[in-house]
Amino acid sequence: MTYNIDKNGFYGEFGGAFIPEMLYANVEELRQNYLKISNETSFKTEFENLLRDFAGRPTPLYFAERLSKKYNTKIYLKREDLCHTGAHKINNTIGQILMAKHLGKTRIIAETGAGQHGVATATVCALMGLQCIVYMGEIDIKRQSPNVARMKMLGAEVRPATSGSKTLKDATNEAIRDWINNPIDTYYIIGSVVGPHPYPDMVAKFQSVISDEIQKQLLEKEGRENPDYVIACVGGGSNAAGAFYHFLDNENVKLIAVEAAGKGIHSGESAATSVLGKVGIIHGSKTLLMQSPDGQITEPYSISAGLDYPGVGPMHANLYQTKRAEFLAITDDEAMQSGLELAKTEGIIPAIESAHAFAVLDKKPFKPDDVVVISLSGRGDKDLNTYIDYFKL
Amino acid sequence: MNRIQNKLSQNKKLLSIYFTAGYPKINDTVSIIQELEKSGVDMIEIGLPFSDPLADGPTIQASSTAALQNGMTTKLLFEQLRTIRESIQIPLLIMGYFNPILQFGVAEFCRKCSETGIDGLIIPDLPVDIYEKEYKSTFEKFGLTNVFLITPQTSDERIRFIDSISNGFIYMVSSSSVTGSSDGFSEIQTNYFKRISEMNLKNPLIVGFGINNKKTFEQATKATSGAIIGSAFVKHLTKNGISKIDSFISGIRLF
Repeated sequence: MTYNIDKNGFYGEFGGAFIPEMLYANVEELRQNYLKISNETSFKTEFENLLRDFAGRPTPLYFAERLSKKYNTKIYLKREDLCHTGAHKINNTIGQILMAKHLGKTRIIAETGAGQHGVATATVCALMGLQCIVYMGEIDIKRQSPNVARMKMLGAEVRPATSGSKTLKDATNEAIRDWINNPIDTYYIIGSVVGPHPYPDMVAKFQSVISDEIQKQLLEKEGRENPDYVIACVGGGSNAAGAFYHFLDNENVKLIAVEAAGKGIHSGESAATSVLGKVGIIHGSKTLLMQSPDGQITEPYSISAGLDYPGVGPMHANLYQTKRAEFLAITDDEAMQSGLELAKTEGIIPAIESAHAFAVLDKKPFKPDDVVVISLSGRGDKDLNTYIDYFKL
Repeated sequence: MNRIQNKLSQNKKLLSIYFTAGYPKINDTVSIIQELEKSGVDMIEIGLPFSDPLADGPTIQASSTAALQNGMTTKLLFEQLRTIRESIQIPLLIMGYFNPILQFGVAEFCRKCSETGIDGLIIPDLPVDIYEKEYKSTFEKFGLTNVFLITPQTSDERIRFIDSISNGFIYMVSSSSVTGSSDGFSEIQTNYFKRISEMNLKNPLIVGFGINNKKTFEQATKATSGAIIGSAFVKHLTKNGISKIDSFISGIRLF
């Protein structure tokens, strides 16, 4: 039994490439080359060097002493918030920009919701001197103006997605349309473990540096490679995929995926895809997604812009269905309180996405000698306005 | 011989029209089909609207969003079409994305199509290999023609494979482009039409994407069996509602 991808691009029944013929040549080119290219020594060397010198890896695995005392267990934080640009997203964009270069592509497109992936993409495009176009929902552009400014400073063009609900899923549709219209010179850097095969696997592999480092660092600190628990938040699921990756097939390590319950799972304003979703097709992938009985994709809600994707990556859909991972849903209020708690207890202001993962500490009892690793996927600077509004700071 | 094959055997340049069901008004579906047949159109693609039509351009996406807001559903579409074969002779296809069909149930969807007198389906995001493995037998059981797309980037080998499992026509995308985004064909495109037609495939070629007037219709059909107009017709509906459909059609091709 493996929870990794099979040779046809599926995790169990999930995944595949449900794409129109117009995308076939592009996706097929990537499918045939991504493993070969990413296994080349020159690629690996360049990737590792950039992760180290540009992104600032390895990120620390930090023993959170005061938090551990409070919850009477051993809590380690994987500090992805210390990565360049403020989150784990940069791991993936460095990998994919190198992939684009190896494939000879000169024009880069990306989608973004909150703007974190857009910034991470604009950053690596500036680094490589490549043209960068980021699609972003018109509504998100208004909500996330500092990230729009960052992308512009980095030389990217931010194009508003004005169709549908004007948010992340529509930005993704627009990026896919752009790729259809520009099949020769353009490379599409997807920001999460979503989309048609091979994207979910490729992005998971680039993010797997997270769990690779956890293993090495835990060996040093605890004399063991494997924790008892790994906890990570899931929107599309890229930081969770990276944090789980090297533990997927070791069932002694319990995996906890944390979704955004918004104002309550059944409030009508939620992004708890595993509970509310049904099997369907979104952005070229068969997975769990929030939809109407008629198969129309519905708009999710979370206070955290990085978690309000109406689907989850196919790896996570399979982890949910096989019960390999436990899925928990955390409300806006619970996440905000956990964010404040982490700030006061450990001196770290987390991204609201990551704060969802910390709320699990109040939901679930852990034993005193359990080693619990929480993926602190991003820092809270970008969320300051939301924190200010919420806590009336 | 089914209605699609019968029509294709008539040896003329076939004109097929796409429209989005439930647009501009929820109950326009049947009237539009009747007007199109009266105007001399050879074949109709009824668009089943989807929230996220990623292979379509802004015109068709906007019509889909409007149709969904109007209350269009898969079930309602079949209700509207229940007695369509009492008045309509030309081939009718449903063009839609896979997710709504998956939620309806693929077998149930095919059964309803067959019951209603739908002749074929175009599902852009149902890949050929998955169709062949999982759904081909169901489509065939209900006598439905499934139509696949090819583009200028599709390899000859893949075109031959698609030809081998097709049983109606091949939908030749004029350029690698979402619908409704070009105006007039370049020599590269017309050479592509010619190159594919010279492959002597067993299925006829019908060109879609970028056909919006008499000139592009004639360019597209010079080396092929016909052409499909979608966005341009949807724009006509946006402007005129269901009136003047005959004048739109006669502007493309005289009968």
